Amino acid sequence: MRKTAFVVLLGTGLLAVAGVLSHAGQEQSTPLGLPPVPIPENNPMTPEKIALGEKLYMETRFSTTGEVGCFTCHDPEKAFTDSPLKTSEGINKLTGTRNSPTVINSVYMTTQFWDGRSPDLEDQALHPFINPVEHGLKNHDPILKIVRKDPEYKTAFQEVFGKKGKEITMREVTLAIAAFERTVIAGDSPFDRYYYGGEEDALTAQQKRGFDLFLNEGRCVSCHVIEQTQALFTDNRFHNIGVGINNIQNDVPKLAGNFLEADMTVSEVDVEVLTDPKTSELGRFAISHGFDDLGSFKTPTLRNVAVTAPYMHDGSIETLKDVVIHYNNGGVTDVGDPVNDFLSGGIRALDLDEDQIDDLVAFMEALTSPEFEPSADEADGQ
Amino acid sequence: MTKTNLNRRDFLKGAASVAAVSAIPLSTVELAFADPAQNFTFAYISDSHIQHIKGSRFVNNWDRGLIRAVAETNLLQPKPDFVMFGGDLAQLGTKPELDHGAEMLAKLNYKTHVVMGEHDYYLDLGEYWSELFGPQWYSFDHKGVHFVVLNSILTFDEWTYDRWPTDEQRMLEMAGLDNPNGSPFMVGETQRAWLAKDLAGVAKGTPVVVFSHSPIQKIYKGWNFWTDDAEEVHALLKPFDDVTVIYGHVHQIQYNQIGNISFHAVMATAWPWPYPRSYAQAESHMPKITVPMNRADPFFERDATGWQFINLKTGRVDMEYNLNNNTNRTVAYNPKTGRPEDTKYQAEDDRITPQTHF
Repeated sequence: MRKTAFVVLLGTGLLAVAGVLSHAGQEQSTPLGLPPVPIPENNPMTPEKIALGEKLYMETRFSTTGEVGCFTCHDPEKAFTDSPLKTSEGINKLTGTRNSPTVINSVYMTTQFWDGRSPDLEDQALHPFINPVEHGLKNHDPILKIVRKDPEYKTAFQEVFGKKGKEITMREVTLAIAAFERTVIAGDSPFDRYYYGGEEDALTAQQKRGFDLFLNEGRCVSCHVIEQTQALFTDNRFHNIGVGINNIQNDVPKLAGNFLEADMTVSEVDVEVLTDPKTSELGRFAISHGFDDLGSFKTPTLRNVAVTAPYMHDGSIETLKDVVIHYNNGGVTDVGDPVNDFLSGGIRALDLDEDQIDDLVAFMEALTSPEFEPSADEADGQ
Repeated sequence: MTKTNLNRRDFLKGAASVAAVSAIPLSTVELAFADPAQNFTFAYISDSHIQHIKGSRFVNNWDRGLIRAVAETNLLQPKPDFVMFGGDLAQLGTKPELDHGAEMLAKLNYKTHVVMGEHDYYLDLGEYWSELFGPQWYSFDHKGVHFVVLNSILTFDEWTYDRWPTDEQRMLEMAGLDNPNGSPFMVGETQRAWLAKDLAGVAKGTPVVVFSHSPIQKIYKGWNFWTDDAEEVHALLKPFDDVTVIYGHVHQIQYNQIGNISFHAVMATAWPWPYPRSYAQAESHMPKITVPMNRADPFFERDATGWQFINLKTGRVDMEYNLNNNTNRTVAYNPKTGRPEDTKYQAEDDRITPQTHF
């Protein structure tokens, strides 16, 4: 089993990261290639809160079957995803409609979920508990019952928040989970060592060619952003790249109409989009009701992408090579398929040749952080 | 979960154009129609510049703009009563371009009226266009509003008939910007006489909406943001209480009030003027010009383009701009100031800083 080293961050105030401690307690700097972790004023980090958050994250009693926890779909052993599942499995092997996005570096995202329906990690943590295909609870009461009564939780909540009994609400539960998730960051990939660390030989010749394509002919960097001192590989925006929506083109008027008529709360949208595959494909539109957002999904990070197959919001593309081919075709997976009416204006055929496609894939394989690099044994087994 | 809802509102990309219908408080407008059932909306798509490369190949960027506008218009709720297409369906007026454009327009689920643009006209002087779309100027009445469609891109007969060795050259000369060989647009005597007759039978209190391709104003002659006999047309419209002119050609948001006439421009689905340098890796089919636009994101080809959706519940035009990749905007008639205004940006402090240079 490979060792996963979580970096624990201590900080006060947004962007004011005082210092970085590992679990062992020694000071570390933010991993190469990452900006300081933004810590909200109302949720300062403490080692105790992070430990409580991790315990809540690994808890299975917060589900109707007693088997599902946050980690089920965001498994630390699988780069915080459930790779190789196409879409996530919740209680009773029920499947949702979307591919599990990694928790790694999600702290840097300005919205959460594929359609950005949640503003931050605290709010995000509320929804899977009460989604019928995830933890399956009717409401949050069973969780509060456990954390108010269980001796270990009682002690921990008292210590972290100075609260007990009914003073403990989902607010405290989600603050702790979010604090833990803010420690799940990873950089230091071969790309980081090459680009930010000045290690000329951290990338192979092929990966360097891939990097050049990434910045230029591949047009990748326009959405998967790389900056002078950091690279999150996302623009935090939403784009229709011709995945998923292509399957429901004829149903768009009806499905879109339903959303325009009904003004749903986020929780209602949460249930709708994860239980109905067709509705799911409306993407960001289900939240914003803007025509611009039809079939659009958040740009995911590319860090550790080589170990989190399959790809896209619906897990519909199996390999990185097929992903590049999809973009090379101008937003269609198979050449000749109709281009989506609402395709993002940034997506167009790239005219890359076979070697260039391989170079781009090689570059993406250089974005894996050392702690998530498959061990030699595992690599052999694949 | 009140908090969640509040947060969500912060996320919304402004109101969707659909929601914007009700965004103008009724109290601020004088209802022109006694019967609310007479209230209606229509959509406006313009300047698609469908451009033939060769064989079955057309410029992808312009195709996508029209395809997207049509698909989005079909999703509107409430449904518009009809759709206007504001001219310049084609780039060089050829049959393949007009056919390809007409095929895309045919996907609209609504009755569609089409206005003549100079890019549609100057190859065969509107012959094939008329086969596809019918008369070049006419009027119709809809729910108490008198609509007039003009061909405002005509010019002097000598320029049109006697000057150019080929039809293709005539087309290219008129398509050029800052072209000393060009000629100013005009509605012309024939149509003005027709218009005078047409308007004679219309009650002065009836709202009149005029559709033209050029502005029926004199804005910038070098790019033919210009109609040479604008004053004569204004004089014919002067007796009416509520007159609105909606025009394409300029590929940007413009609004104005001259006397009793409100003017609204519509966006292009093809490209914005002035427009950005774009995608440099492949051959560009953008007409050559030296003025880059400083607000569009060149990566997103649909940026700074859009289409409109128009509310006529007051007898005046409330223009809702549906802008791809940008915040939607509304320009509505303000009865207090007696002119169209951008509902969001009218306050001096809130205004987007204008460009000080190109």
